[in-house]
Amino acid sequence: MKYDAVIIGGGLSGLVAGITLQKAGKSTAIISTGQNALYFFSGTFESLQEDRRIQELFTEAGVRVHYTPGVRLTPMGSFRESALSLEDIDLFPSAKIGRKALIVNFLGYHDFFSSFLAEGLEKQGLQCRVRFLNLPELERLEQSPSEMRSVQIARVVDPIWEKVVQEVRLLLKDEDTVVLPQVFGLQDGAVPDRIRQGIPARVVFAGTLPPSVPGVRTQMLLKKRYQLLGGVYLMGDEVVRAHVHEGVVHSVATRNLDNHYVEASAFILSTGSYFSKGLVANPFQVYEPVFGLDVDYRENRNEWYNPAFAEDQPYMHFGVKTDGQLRALKDGQPLENLYVAGSVLGDTHPELGTAAGLAVRSALAVADRIMEL
Amino acid sequence: MKPNEFDVIIIGGGITGAGMQRDCAMRGLRTLLIERSDIATGATGRNHGLLHSGARYAVNDAESAEECIRENRILRRIAAHCIDETDGLFITLPEDDLAYQQTFVDACRRADINAEIIDPDLARRLEPSVNPELIGAVRVPDGSVDPFRLCAANMLDAKLRGGQVRLQTEVTGFIKEGDTVKGVHTHNHLTGEDVDYLAPVTVNACGIWGQHIAEMAGAKINMFPAKGALLIFAHRVNNLVINRCRKPSNADILVPGDTVCIIGTTSTRIPFEECDNVAVTPDEVDLLITEGAKLAPSLSETRILRAYAGVRPLVSADDDPSGRNISRGIVCLDHEERDGIKGFVTITGGKLMTYRLMAEIATDLVCKKLKVDKACQTADVPLPGSEEKSYEAVAKKIWETPTTAQKAAAARMGTRAARIRTGNKRDDALICECEEVSVGEINAAIDRLEVSTLTDLRRRTRVGMGTCQGEFCACRAAGLLAKAHGCVERERKDLDDFLQERWKGNFPIGWGDTLREAEYTQWVYKHVLGL
Repeated sequence: MKYDAVIIGGGLSGLVAGITLQKAGKSTAIISTGQNALYFFSGTFESLQEDRRIQELFTEAGVRVHYTPGVRLTPMGSFRESALSLEDIDLFPSAKIGRKALIVNFLGYHDFFSSFLAEGLEKQGLQCRVRFLNLPELERLEQSPSEMRSVQIARVVDPIWEKVVQEVRLLLKDEDTVVLPQVFGLQDGAVPDRIRQGIPARVVFAGTLPPSVPGVRTQMLLKKRYQLLGGVYLMGDEVVRAHVHEGVVHSVATRNLDNHYVEASAFILSTGSYFSKGLVANPFQVYEPVFGLDVDYRENRNEWYNPAFAEDQPYMHFGVKTDGQLRALKDGQPLENLYVAGSVLGDTHPELGTAAGLAVRSALAVADRIMEL
Repeated sequence: MKPNEFDVIIIGGGITGAGMQRDCAMRGLRTLLIERSDIATGATGRNHGLLHSGARYAVNDAESAEECIRENRILRRIAAHCIDETDGLFITLPEDDLAYQQTFVDACRRADINAEIIDPDLARRLEPSVNPELIGAVRVPDGSVDPFRLCAANMLDAKLRGGQVRLQTEVTGFIKEGDTVKGVHTHNHLTGEDVDYLAPVTVNACGIWGQHIAEMAGAKINMFPAKGALLIFAHRVNNLVINRCRKPSNADILVPGDTVCIIGTTSTRIPFEECDNVAVTPDEVDLLITEGAKLAPSLSETRILRAYAGVRPLVSADDDPSGRNISRGIVCLDHEERDGIKGFVTITGGKLMTYRLMAEIATDLVCKKLKVDKACQTADVPLPGSEEKSYEAVAKKIWETPTTAQKAAAARMGTRAARIRTGNKRDDALICECEEVSVGEINAAIDRLEVSTLTDLRRRTRVGMGTCQGEFCACRAAGLLAKAHGCVERERKDLDDFLQERWKGNFPIGWGDTLREAEYTQWVYKHVLGL
């Protein structure tokens, strides 16, 4: 069968492009290796603010997003500028988010930074108390020394959210703010809101170490939405070869469907950056492994890095070269029907934003081009 | 005696200083160890961790070879939990001269090193990772030693015998009366306090930085900083140490250690100003990979975890300011005889392998000055943790059916693993999953081993030394440290420093999976955690 578009990479940009194309009546398939950057999503679409089209796309998928100008609380207790965010992420007009805060963690959970949060909030003039919940339901996790992690906890606490509410209410004195770890609503995105309503104080969910529970939920919802629209999501598969002839991509072969080429009129490369192997570095070069596309990078290895960890790292800017329509370049020439979206672009298109913002904007841009065809 | 008065002050928390403090404490002296940063931060922690059999020196430096094999046997006895008795091979490759093998074996035998020529086929079976092209092999009693553990165990033993330790404390000057050193002025970098300490003898055990300390006391030593770069691979590809059977050269030793293996080293003279911040260059990295793959070809495909470099404290003879006649041997200077400065001794040169002997020589001199007549016992009494030989036996004794994490803890701490709070699931929870370090082990280190930063904790427990290089465990451990020290703000800065320190060793080899991991770490700390 020949698709209208085959999308290589099933992360945020691949899913957004797929959903958009399916909605427009195109037939598409997504080839995904598995986990993607949504598993460590901060919950904030950096560089995006209010955008009706994007908000609608997410809302239709059941992903609740919001935006108000101001700041958000980071997991280490500092504040960052607002951007379009999942509803789990609270946005405040200013960093003075309350008067007194009760910070609640689970006993034995080391991936939520209650003491750092307390110190950060105290800097903003809040009085903080840190307390720990000792839920017998979590004991099963603690039998294994590495099970007290976000997603495992979410599986346990989601069904007993009412009990969590009761326990927090018992701890609550005169605080106007309660900070909880972002480990609620893995399957059911309504849980965080129910908790908010059950506690007579402003409830703020602060992030944990990955996996990101809101991120994993977002991935599941987007994937479900894509599949409900008729998209074909090939999970755990990977493109091993591409058939390119005279500047046109005809088909790709995958590891699981090795003797069966997947054909399409258009292709989208949304394979992510180094972590997802969308870009690969060896001691001599940075390359794009599926098509061998032109990559914008510095030849001298010494110039890939800034020796200061906290500084901007040049290697993070490297990305696949494209023309004005986001078509990939190979040997200086655009491939006619191969579009590029997401972090594999590096910052070759700064006007599209960064991180999750770039993923969404570039995905919409390439979907629009394909729909024009 | 007043609280700030001691019999002997030792400056330098490397293996020489720590070994020296233990020796002095065992001979009944009241000791103070002063270190400007943490233990094992200089050459001690920046080498191969090779338990030399002495074979490497046998042909060119018989004295060093004999010292090494004697100390090798002693360390197996007294430092069992710091040592991996792997044995080693000296291989001859087609491009090497096979005739050298006999010269080498003869020299080893003269130095009392058991060197046995074995069939290349046997070598390939004993060490499947070895270059299969080898045409000759000699088996020697090399091994590996964890210098951090060894240093911590020496310091701990000194403390258990009443010794005092001041880490993060820098000597800012000497207290002198005429030509006699009476003590030191110090500045504590953590508390900001300035304190004077007094003792009839002060010992300079500062490695390459000893030149500066000696100058401060009014003496001159000609030291020549020689940088050696090394690479850590993320897998233990070899179980035997692999050396080249030829004249010692660059990158011709591959040492297995814990879960990794280490190739090194290079040798480059560097200016003194660079000693505090040695960087590994791309040329050095390329050389180490190319030469390393000649010892074990799979290295060219193996992920590299870190690059690092140390500075050898080489000393030139007093009549040779040019440094042409540089010694790798032990140098113990009595500055009273040499420069007319009383109460001041320098112990330098030498190697990790001979630290105990260096400590013994210098302690003998200190005792002579203090008119204390006590014999050295450091060669006979095991270090704390080393009372039993097999870590598996230790783990069984403590836990009956130990988990892999408990075995790992026993391998790191030896018999002192019994002091880890355990049996409680919260103490058993893992902070570092790569190296399987539990909450209990971290708290035990914080309690007993003078931990003020995450980097200190890493040296004592291996937290953050594994494949992820501290990606997740760093902030988990930071939470524990913040609690232990009651200061979050300091811990925030500490976390920044730790990540910077990890990156320093990552970027020179930043490609492949190393870069993937680094990108992930950058993402997690900057974007997710908002650091």
